[in-house]
Order: sequence, then structure tokens, then C-alpha cells
Amino acid sequence: MCLVLSNQKSNMKLYCLSGHPTLPCNVLKFKSTTIMLDCGLDMTSTLNFLPLPLVQSPRLSNLPGWSLKDGNAFLDKELKECSGHVFVDSVPEFCLPETELIDLSTVDVILISNYHCMMALPYITEHTGFTGTVYATEPTVQIGRLLMEELVNFIERVPKAQSASLWKNKDIQRLLPSPLKDAVEVSTWRRCYTMQEVNSALSKIQLVGYSQKIPMDQASLKNSDVLVLTGLTQIPTANPDGMVGEFCSNLALTVRNGGNVLVPCYPSGVIYDLLECLYQYIDSAGLSNIPFYFISPVANSSLEFSQIFAEWLCHNKQTKVYLPEPPFPHAELIQTNKLKHYPSLHGDFSSDFRQPCVVFTGHPSLRFGDVVHFMELWGKSSLNTVIFTEPDFSYLEALAPYQPLAMKCIYCPIDTRLNFIQVSKLLKEVQPLHVVCPEQYTQPPPAQSHRMDLMIDCQPPAMSYRRAEVLALPFKRRYEKIEIMPELADSLVPMEIKPGISLATVSAVLHTKDNKHVLQPPPRPTQPTGGKKRKRASDDIPDCKVLKPLLSGSIPVEQFVQALEKHGFSDIKVEDTAKGHIVLLQEAETLIQIEEDSTHIICDNDEMLRVRLRDLVLKFLQKF
Amino acid sequence: MPEIRVTPLGAGQDVGRSCILVSIGGKNVMLDCGMHMGFNDDRRFPDFSYITRNGRLTDFLDCVIISHFHLDHCGALPYFSEMVGYDGPIYMTHPTQAICPILLEDYRKIAVDKKGEANFFTSQMIKDCMKKVVAVHLHQTVQVDDELEIKAYYAGHVLGAAMFQIKVGSESVVYTGDYNMTPDRHLGAAWIDKCRPNLLITESTYATTIRDSKRCRERDFLKKVHEAVERGGKVLIPVFALGRAQELCILLETFWERMNLKAPIYFSTGLTEKANHYYKLFITWTNQKIRKTFVQRNMFEFKHIKAFDRAFADNPGPMVVFATPGMLHAGQSLQIFRKWAGNEKNMVIMPGYCVQGTVGHKILSGQRKLEMEGRQVLEVKMQVEYMSFSAHADAKGIMQLVGQAEPESVLLVHGEAKKMEFLKQKIEQEFRVSCYMPANGETVTLPTSPSIPVGISLGLLKREMAQGLLPDAKKPRLLHGTLIMKDSNFRLVSSEQALKELGLAEHQLRFTCRVHLHDPRKEQETAMRVYSHLKSVLKEHCVQHLPDGSVTVESILIQAAAHSEDPGTKVLLVSWTYQDEELGSHLTSLLKKGLPQAAS
Repeated sequence: MCLVLSNQKSNMKLYCLSGHPTLPCNVLKFKSTTIMLDCGLDMTSTLNFLPLPLVQSPRLSNLPGWSLKDGNAFLDKELKECSGHVFVDSVPEFCLPETELIDLSTVDVILISNYHCMMALPYITEHTGFTGTVYATEPTVQIGRLLMEELVNFIERVPKAQSASLWKNKDIQRLLPSPLKDAVEVSTWRRCYTMQEVNSALSKIQLVGYSQKIPMDQASLKNSDVLVLTGLTQIPTANPDGMVGEFCSNLALTVRNGGNVLVPCYPSGVIYDLLECLYQYIDSAGLSNIPFYFISPVANSSLEFSQIFAEWLCHNKQTKVYLPEPPFPHAELIQTNKLKHYPSLHGDFSSDFRQPCVVFTGHPSLRFGDVVHFMELWGKSSLNTVIFTEPDFSYLEALAPYQPLAMKCIYCPIDTRLNFIQVSKLLKEVQPLHVVCPEQYTQPPPAQSHRMDLMIDCQPPAMSYRRAEVLALPFKRRYEKIEIMPELADSLVPMEIKPGISLATVSAVLHTKDNKHVLQPPPRPTQPTGGKKRKRASDDIPDCKVLKPLLSGSIPVEQFVQALEKHGFSDIKVEDTAKGHIVLLQEAETLIQIEEDSTHIICDNDEMLRVRLRDLVLKFLQKF
Repeated sequence: MPEIRVTPLGAGQDVGRSCILVSIGGKNVMLDCGMHMGFNDDRRFPDFSYITRNGRLTDFLDCVIISHFHLDHCGALPYFSEMVGYDGPIYMTHPTQAICPILLEDYRKIAVDKKGEANFFTSQMIKDCMKKVVAVHLHQTVQVDDELEIKAYYAGHVLGAAMFQIKVGSESVVYTGDYNMTPDRHLGAAWIDKCRPNLLITESTYATTIRDSKRCRERDFLKKVHEAVERGGKVLIPVFALGRAQELCILLETFWERMNLKAPIYFSTGLTEKANHYYKLFITWTNQKIRKTFVQRNMFEFKHIKAFDRAFADNPGPMVVFATPGMLHAGQSLQIFRKWAGNEKNMVIMPGYCVQGTVGHKILSGQRKLEMEGRQVLEVKMQVEYMSFSAHADAKGIMQLVGQAEPESVLLVHGEAKKMEFLKQKIEQEFRVSCYMPANGETVTLPTSPSIPVGISLGLLKREMAQGLLPDAKKPRLLHGTLIMKDSNFRLVSSEQALKELGLAEHQLRFTCRVHLHDPRKEQETAMRVYSHLKSVLKEHCVQHLPDGSVTVESILIQAAAHSEDPGTKVLLVSWTYQDEELGSHLTSLLKKGLPQAAS
């Protein structure tokens, strides 16, 4: 995701509620507005839990309980050991964005950039007092809803009696082996939300169109002040196209040898690409008779929805709709019965099920969903292959509770997010004043510490953030928008001061409403033209002090004297002084000192005379 | 004085060949580029020579906007862009871009292949024309150039129909295209925000009609079809392939299902299946209900409605046929009509508006003897029914939209002059805005007074805001500053900053006034008296007595001196700057009145 901010106030703060670089959750505070940018849910926490099998698995239920080195086994109900790894035997829990750093009820607006980054939404909108609006595009909302629906379904259909909490005790957590020992903020981990909460959260979403300007912020990418950069590729070294090719060839190899292929996946996203690739590959690879199954509670909806958002697809896919043909070829795979989809293992699937086959199903963490069943079913045979394509989970960690495993494991992560080369190109084009990004992007990946090209390189250096940090964003706003009403504009008298530069003094009434400033002509000054009331009013100091402009310029004495004569003054005497002149009006007992940058009118008693002289002087000066 | 100019080249006091030229903020935009169904000669296309007599289209126009795929809104497009010659951008929504070329090709075929017209645009020209199209999303703000931006709003009417806002700076025009304000069976209602355009250009097809409830009309329609089928008659429903056709198909499909009817329903053209496919793929443009249920049941898959073959027209027994085109001016609907017109058991239902000159218009106005080609006279014995299903806003709907958008003025197009007149009065009465209804080629000029956006220095704004904080922050405050205009960059800064930026020195203008006071005491005591007097009188000002004996009121300096001749008189020198003139002169007159007697 790429978010651009411009034209903001000096004290603008970014609250970083998530440390996960691809599942960000940042809150931006400025000008008394609080905006949440994405709310991703870190699901890697579930890797610490045992899988939830659809049908009871003797293997999983017979895993030995874990005991401390000294033999103390008080945790053996909560923690189980499998091939040297320890897992929590409980309903899986998710690591929420930080909820204590900022009062979430003060968030005015949540902006969602894509469906992966909205999975924590119900946690934010439902129990924090949030009363604002959520903005997202239609595909984001529809696909996001499917992802949430699937998640809730996976967890709710296998109710687990046990809920472990002992291990979360800080003093006990210290004693546990890695990675449990190092897990962050376990006390804040939460179970999955309910469908009711999902619906309520989604009802707070306001749809936005493509490139629609939302009235609160007019951001254009170019020359922005701050660019918040998150959600770059998680596998910077893998080329997505190459990975897809590898995926196809491994898949073909397995089924040709009579094995089954399991593809753990989300119900939307990469799966469309995989199906499209297979569509082109099936016949040439001689796979026409191999059944492809897509199993997910939302499989049907996902396949249907993918075809109706053509306006959001690339040009090639858009042109297909004009024919009119469905933009994705999986429609044809379904029509020709090569691809079948089912809401779950139960029901029709069990009667249609033929092996060898290819199964696409979730969840990619291998902790819940129908995938757990296939891992148990196929794990023991080396003929079968599990191919990991989703980059969100470490495949080794995902597989840990299934060890020892005979089936082949292939890792073909397909991550189409921006890579570092694309980012540096983007930064060159966009030229933001400052870049803000998760700390992970400011150094090479730990596994490839020599690859200096796998980090963000920009000037000034990117500001990095980590979970629970607050960044003060460094810039000053010098100008604010204001509108000059036409009547006022008409009354302005511009004068050209230098070639190409004109000035006009403005005396106007400032109206401020809804953070919008408007300048209108000032009310006409009330003339003290007789009348008893008026007279009294003129005794007071003027209420609304009309500000006098500053003056600039100098007064040419000769011309000034000529002007005086023209206005009926006689008996004018001019004396030279060190810095200028003194003009004496002897008859009026008045003198005017004129210097380069000042004029002094010394005039007794006669106010009328003073005003006349003032106006004569002003004629030679410019007003500011 | 800036102004907005509007000249209809088509659809001015007329329905057909919609084409409206708008000049706004120095930009020229053409809204729609339609054909006229009632004419077969030059009049079928807008008169582009209005522009070309002064130069090339591409030089004059900044962009063309097409509101929806109906031919009276886009039918002249290939002629305009390929034959007259326009290479600039043409904006339309995605569904319009998808469907428009198909209808254009259909139109071309009828004109060239069936009527044998020469000098018509070719298939290749349609393709070349479509290459100039830029598709827009709903609510997307498209920057045509640095100054001109356009934005599409949902219009209902037909799939992909949009209203467009055209904006330059703070001036804007909204063009509605065709729209409807009530959701129907497959489309939602038009919607626009309170965008307060300088001008709203609205269609006014049903300017004087207030339609009864949709449900009544539907019931009526079904009843008539049912009766005709029951008595063994054939029912012809002329429609355009996309739009009302889908609406009526959904209606009949559900009715047939519910009543378990057996009489066949046909749709006459190969376009239908394709058309329905478009509706499936662009389901996001349909209404809530269809979008919500499309995964379970796609409303555009019909069980009872089958493709029509020409031979079926002579089959015995009852049937319902949807045939194109909708105004009975050509094609299959006209052929079937000629076949069935002679039998009083049969029925034709016209579900939409018919343009003058078409057979549809003639039979609707009661004509029963039609002169066909070759001097043949066709006697119409079949029942002729009219049922307004065309998805245009009625008078109520138009008023509703005007209320929604809150324009400063309204301009009517796409309607009949007489009906417009009525609506114009209504709009002027109810909304107190001026309403125009120019004929084709007639120009309406609206002076505008756009406000000017400038950048105000935060320092200046804050200073003013801080002053305004008490006692009432919301109260308007007086602001003084200098507007610096350099190229098109306007900045409002404090006068001091303006001087500084331009490297100019300030010229100080000072006044000094001598006031004579009768006071025999010492100068210092006089100054003290002046101080206490001013302190008590000028409660709201900062009055100070300085160590050197002088008194200040804000920036005004008062010094007491002895009179050179009269020891009983003291001279007060009151000195102030031009910026404090009011206070200075007020003080002088105050002091001239003398000091109160000192309390002993």
C-alpha cells in the first residue's frame, strides 16, 4: 500500500499499531483529525497453536504434553509437543494491532487499501467505542467479507472446549521454549470474531470509487510531503512469474506419478492467477482428466465475484468484458467440469472425490480449515505434494505440527507486491519529501544480510517505525487554502510592483466554517453623518478597528510641492536638511518633514488640514 | 466577467441527437454526440459545422463526454470523430464503452445494408473511434488537463448511464444525460451529492408527466399481456436491445413462473444473449437486490425467454415477442408489426417514448392507416397500448434532482418545447433559480463569479484566528494582508511579509499635533494628570506612563512641554503613525477638551 500525505500541519503524528510490514495499522493525527490507515491482522500467531482437525485426529490428540526441564508437568494440558516443537492446544488466537497506544474511539476515519489489510476491522470497530466511518472500494469490501466469512466458518465449525491461558502468564511464558517464549503481547491475543461482529463492522464501511476524491484529503502522489510505504513483497528474491512456472511443473510431476497435490490458499487472490495459469497448461501437460477441486465455504462466491469487477482489472482483462466474456478463464474451467468447487469436505465433495487430484483449500497457516484434513490424509505418502504459494506464513513453521511428514513440500511463494527495484523507481518518480516505512525495510532481510539492494534507499533516509511507536512527522505547513469571494476580488486593485509580480492589499472579513476559510468584503463603514445616536457612537473608540495598510515608496519633493500648490496652498517654503527636506506651510503653521523612508506631518489644531495633507502624501506612496 | 456558455447542437427543445456544447473557464466540452431517429437525411446528426466553420474540432474541443449507450446520445460518434475528424479524448463509463460499439455496428448495418445508404461510417471507423475512448469509473475524478476535471455519477436509466460533473476551478456544470429517480427491477436510482453547480443541464423527456406508481404500471402491463395471450393473440413489444428489454424480461419471467403460463416468449435478436451477458459482467452497475443475490441466482438468466426465429412469426397460437428497435422505425420489430397489425386479436405494447416521424409515434398518436414504402397502406387493427416504462425521470424526479444538486441555474434539453415551458416555470417558482431552454444552435450565456482560491500564510491566518478567539471564535473577523500575484500563484501574506519578500522598505508616515493646555503646574505633573485622565477614560487601551515622563496610549506618544511664552500653559505633543490614525486623532480631540479638574 502506498499512502500519500500532503499539506498538513507541523504537529502531525503517526501512531504505529502494528509491526508487521505487510499487515500495517497506522493512525495519523493531524489538524484535529484522526485517521487509521489500514488495519491488518497478524495471523502468524496461530502458528503457535495445534491444528484444528475437522474430524478427531488420533495423532494430534495423542501428542504428549509438554513438561519443564525439571519434570514439572503442570502445563501438559495446555502445551503439546510434536517433533521437538511445542504447541498450544487451544482455539487459535490472533495478534491484534496495539489497542492501548491511542484511544481508538477517537478515530474519525479508517481507510482500507486492500482486503488483506482489513482483517482486524471487527476488533477495531466493535469494542473500542469507534463511531467513525470506514472507507474502502467495493472489491475490497466484497472479497474482504469472503475472507472473514471463511475464517469465522473455519474456526466456528470445530468448536474446541479447551481454551488455554496459563501459558500466557508472563512468569510462565519466560520458561517456555522458543518461539513461544519470544511471542509478543500474548496477553492481548484474541480469538476470532463472530459473523455478527463481521457484519456490524462491514456495515460501517462507505464505498469509494476509483480515483474518487474523498472530501477530507486531496492527495496527489506527486511531490507529497510524506509517503508511508508498507506492504512490499515478502519474498524479494522470488520472481512471481518464475514461481508460477515452478508451481505448474511440480504439480504436473506429482499427478503424473499418481500423487495428489494440495495447495493451501486463501479463497481469493493468488488462486485466480494459479487457475488461469493451469487453464493454459492443463491440455499441453496432459492433465485434462485430473480433477481440480476448490474447497472453501466461500468458493462459489469468490469465483463469481472475481468476474464482476472488471473495471478494477488490468487492461487485457477489461477488454474481455467488452466481448463480452468473463475476465477470468476459470469460468470455462468450471463450465467444462475441470474445476469443481465445494463449500466443504462434507456433502457433495465426498461422493465426487477422485484421486489423483489437485485440491485448493485453506487456510494457508495449516492450522484450521479443510486443509488440515488433507494434510492428515495425504501426509504419510511420498507420492503426494503440498505446494505453498501464499507468502504470509513460513512453510516450515506451518508444517511443524505435521512432522514427521512423508509427502513432498514445495515452496513457490507468489508475491506480486512491489519489490525494491520497483519501489526505488516509484520514489524517483514521486519524489516525496519524506518516506516512512516499517523498520524491516531499512535493512536487508536477516537471511540475506549482504543484499544491500533489498532495502529502501532514499534521501533523506526513510524514517522507520516499529510496533507501538509514535512518530512525529517532520514538516511545516506554511500556507492554508482560503477563498476570496468574487465581490471582494472585484474590489481589489492590483498594481504591478515588479515585472510579473502584482500586489493588492486586502481588507476583508474572514469567515471560518468547517475548517474552510472564506474572505468576504468588509461591511461598509458606518458614516458618522449627524443623527443623535451616531454622534454619541462617534465618541467611542471605533469598535471594529479598520487596519491601515503599511506604506512604501518615497516622496519627490518638487512634485509634492506642486501638488500642494494645486490644492490651494500658498506661501510654501522648502528647506533642505541632512536627510531630506522640510516643507513649511507658513500660513497654516504646519511643517512636513520628508525623508527617504519617512514623512512627518506636524500640524496643530486643524484636523481637516491634517487629513488633506495626509491624503496628498498618500498619493505618492504604495499601500501594503 | 467569466461566463459559462451553452449551445445545444441537438436535443435543444427536442428529443434526439443529443449534443450540447459547453464553454466553461476557457474550456470547451461536448456533451453527447447522438443521432436522431426521426430523420434519415442530414438532420439525423448534429450540425458540427457550427464548430468547424471556425476551425478543426480537435483544436476547439477539450473533450467529449458520452452519458450512455443509447444511439440518440452516441450514434453520431464515429461520424463526428472519423468523418468530420476529432482526435481528442472521448470519456464514457466502462459499460458504455463495452456496449456502445455494438449498437453502433447494429445501427450501421441497418443504415447501410438494409437501407443501402452510401457515405455512412464503416465498421473500421467505429473501431478507430472507440480507440479514442477513455473509460471512467463511477465517482472517479478525471483530470482532463491541469484545469478541467470531470466526474461521473450514477444515473440509473440504462446499464452504465452516468451524469457528469464538469469542473474548472470553482465553476462547474452538471449534465444529467438520461436518468431516472426511482429504482426499477434491475437498476438503481440516480444519485448526486449537493455539488451546487453553476448550471445543471437536465433532460426533460417527461417534463409534464407525473407517473403513477411503478407497481400499478407493471400490474397493468402484465394484465394486458395476459389477456391478449389468453384470447390467443400475439403480443409485440418493440424494445431496444439493452435497457428496458432486461427490465421487462425480468418482469415477464417472474410472472410466467408464478402463473405457470405456457405461451412462448421470444426475444428477437441475437443481441439479447450478448446483452444479458453484459448485465451479468457489469452487475455492480445494477441495483442492490440483483447485486446481492447474483451469486445464488443471476437475474439475467431467463428460463422462459427463448431466442426468436423469423419463421416463428407465422406460427399459430399466442406468443409474446420482444423485438428491436423500440420505436418501430426499422428492423425486425417493424417487420413483425406489419405481419400482425391486421389482426384485432393481436396487440402491440409500446413501452417507451417514440420520436416524431417513427411508426411508433404515428400509431401512438392514433393513426390507424399507415403509408408504408411503395405506397402500400397498412391498416392497423391490432390493439395499440402505450405504457411508459422508459427509465426517464418524471417531473417529480427532475425536481428532486434539482433539489439534490442545488444548482444556481438550470437548463433543459432532451424534451419538447411545450412541456419544457411548463417545467421551466415550475423550477423557477420552486427553486428561485433561472431556467433556460435554448433551441438548437441558440446560445445561453451565464455570467459567473467564481471565488478565487489562494494560499494564505499560516502566520497571518493564525494571528487573525487568535484575535478572534475571544469572545466569539465563530464571529467573522476583519483581516488585513497583501495578496501577492505571481503568474498563477496567489498568496495572501501579512503586509510586513510582503514588503520583506519584495525587498521594499516601509515608509513611515507620522503625525504630530500640539495641544495647548492651561496648566500652571510643572510639565511632569501635567503629564501625570494626562496619564490618570486617559487611564480612566480609555479602559480598553494600554495607557502607560514612561520613566522619561512621556505617556503612551498603545503606540501613540504624548509629551508635555513648557510653553515658550506663557508659563500658565503647557504644550502636549501628541504623535502617532498613520497605522494608528483613528486613535491618534481621537486622542487629540479628547485632549483638546482639556483635563478634568484635579481632585484636591
